[in-house]
Amino acid sequence: MKFLEYEGKDIFKSYSIPVAHRYGVLKIGSELENLDLRNGPWVIKAQVLAGGRGKAGGVKIASEKNEAIKIIKNMLGMKIKTHQTKGQDLTVKEVLVEEASDIKREIYLSMTLDRKEALAMLIASAEGGMSIEELAKKHPEKIIKFPVDLSEGIHDFQVRKLSFALNIDETIFQDFRAIVQNLAKMFKEIDASLVEINPLAILKNGKLMAIDSKIVTDDNALFRHKFFAEKPDHESTEIEEEAKKIGINYISLDGNIGCMVNGAGLAMATLDTVKLAGGNAANFLDVGGGAHIEQITRAFNILLKDKRVKAILVNIFGGIMKCDNIATGIVQATRKVSLNVPLVVRLEGTNVEQGKEILANSGIKIEQANSLWEAAQKVTKAAG
Amino acid sequence: MSILINKNSRILVQGFTGKQATFHAKQCLDYGSKIVGGVTPKKGGGTHLNLPVFNTVKEGIEATGADTSLIFVPPPFAADSIMEAADAGIRVIICITEGIPVLDMVKVKKFINCLRASGAEIYLIGPNCPGAITPEECKAGIMPGYIHRKGTVGVVSRSGTLTYEAVWQLTQAGMGQSSVIGIGGDPIQGMNFVDTLKLFNKDPETESVVIIGEIGGSAEEDAAKYIKESMKKPVFAFIAGRTAPPGRRMGHAGAIIEGSSGTHECKVRALKEAGIRVIENLSEIGATVKEKLVKLQS
Repeated sequence: MKFLEYEGKDIFKSYSIPVAHRYGVLKIGSELENLDLRNGPWVIKAQVLAGGRGKAGGVKIASEKNEAIKIIKNMLGMKIKTHQTKGQDLTVKEVLVEEASDIKREIYLSMTLDRKEALAMLIASAEGGMSIEELAKKHPEKIIKFPVDLSEGIHDFQVRKLSFALNIDETIFQDFRAIVQNLAKMFKEIDASLVEINPLAILKNGKLMAIDSKIVTDDNALFRHKFFAEKPDHESTEIEEEAKKIGINYISLDGNIGCMVNGAGLAMATLDTVKLAGGNAANFLDVGGGAHIEQITRAFNILLKDKRVKAILVNIFGGIMKCDNIATGIVQATRKVSLNVPLVVRLEGTNVEQGKEILANSGIKIEQANSLWEAAQKVTKAAG
Repeated sequence: MSILINKNSRILVQGFTGKQATFHAKQCLDYGSKIVGGVTPKKGGGTHLNLPVFNTVKEGIEATGADTSLIFVPPPFAADSIMEAADAGIRVIICITEGIPVLDMVKVKKFINCLRASGAEIYLIGPNCPGAITPEECKAGIMPGYIHRKGTVGVVSRSGTLTYEAVWQLTQAGMGQSSVIGIGGDPIQGMNFVDTLKLFNKDPETESVVIIGEIGGSAEEDAAKYIKESMKKPVFAFIAGRTAPPGRRMGHAGAIIEGSSGTHECKVRALKEAGIRVIENLSEIGATVKEKLVKLQS
């Protein structure tokens, strides 16, 4: 799960990582008249899940109250496109207003997981503000990295080493140590897979402050973080939320072929095969390894309701999941929502013959295919 | 020969009395696997599927001589079950459970590394995997048994149903399998491609290997490096996720492109540079492996 900047800063605050004074988080339709704006200048920041906001007009400074209100109004509802949004527009639904900070220097500080070593890593650089990708490209030698034993936290000698490498002044060493050690504590306690403070600023008044936040936590650990589980998932579309509720995995894509597959790996490979055949998938939909007839019916309904879908491909390799159950689910779904786009089905595996028979006798217009490649070609042709 | 499991493997099922475990244990027994009992805390002393139930893995080993465990314990407790099995002396631990928190797996890896440092031999397969099978000898997992045939192709994969697809194509093309190992789709896991390839490399019954990878992480790149340096047998690869959008988790927690790492392009390039035949079209796995192996033999 990804967190917006202000949500991340709330967590920072609870771990004594200093953040700027907040004047408010405003949503579309918020009352701006009573907004308490003292002590300008203010920084107004679009709350979207993408780096590079500044260049796209998503971060603005105001020194007059009227100017601030005007910027907030303009920013709410604005579309943002950055190098991280892959050509898509993100709508700004929330705006964060904070006291602007006088920055002297910017540092990069983050923690992430090293998959190969199965360890948490602390990553830092004296060159803050840039993305770590850019940094790794331009100044790989300026990146400091070391493994952290999460049960022990970050040792004092590690912080000392880090502070020398980052050229941290002795007068702020104690504050720096608290931030670094709390970062590791937070990482462990919230089941994070990434926590980034970029930049961690040294202000002109000598204080340290987290200017931005980026937090990604592990969805598998939501059972022990009730608070996160209740928070809206800003990344999901409505249709993705609906799919999640019935226990299936759905991701919207930009094509016009609706796909239903069992198993994540096979679902991914099915999208690739459709592409090879010249088509474009409208979604990734994994009904999982052991879906019931009811889930299949509801998953199929999601595809039928998607107006972009011009043809549907069902690719099932029945193992534990039996092909006759899949077929029954499809037939039931078409009774509730009428099928008005071409449907191509490829079934293989457990009870395949019964499954094919159920489809053939259902009266629904179905094109059956004997291999995935044949199915991909047929559905691509049908989608036009 | 085969790798990790064979007809002599003695299997304990952890989380034995649960619904999933019961269903799959039956299927494994029907396949001919030697399941010798199971573990469900507080239900020890009873029987389930006509087999003894134990409170702890340790008791189970003492009573049955088990050397392999198959775990179906729910995600909040699964990491603990893996550590219990490792501590009790199980050699091959296969964890089917999907949804274990990543930081729990960090603990598991640290614990297992400590045991290994004191001399224990432990192979962990998974979590979030279909398990392992040595066709016509032993099935320790949730894969449909009938799609497999005994043979000489080793298969190692990060995905479940995608493996079934590949195996089914191989079987239909007349290419049987020595062992099929599903290493799972999580970011932090037990055995990786390299660990498994090392075993296939040494196994006299395995004559070629098929790797089924996917986007995310660097396991395929590491495999390419190992194959280039040490593999003595032909290797084929298929990588899923060529068209996957960056930054989205494609079902598996581990299948995610983060920044510029873990992309399909990067993996295919590494594999091709190592001289591995990369199959682009999923539907051509069986035919490609057969054609190439026939050519090598003639």
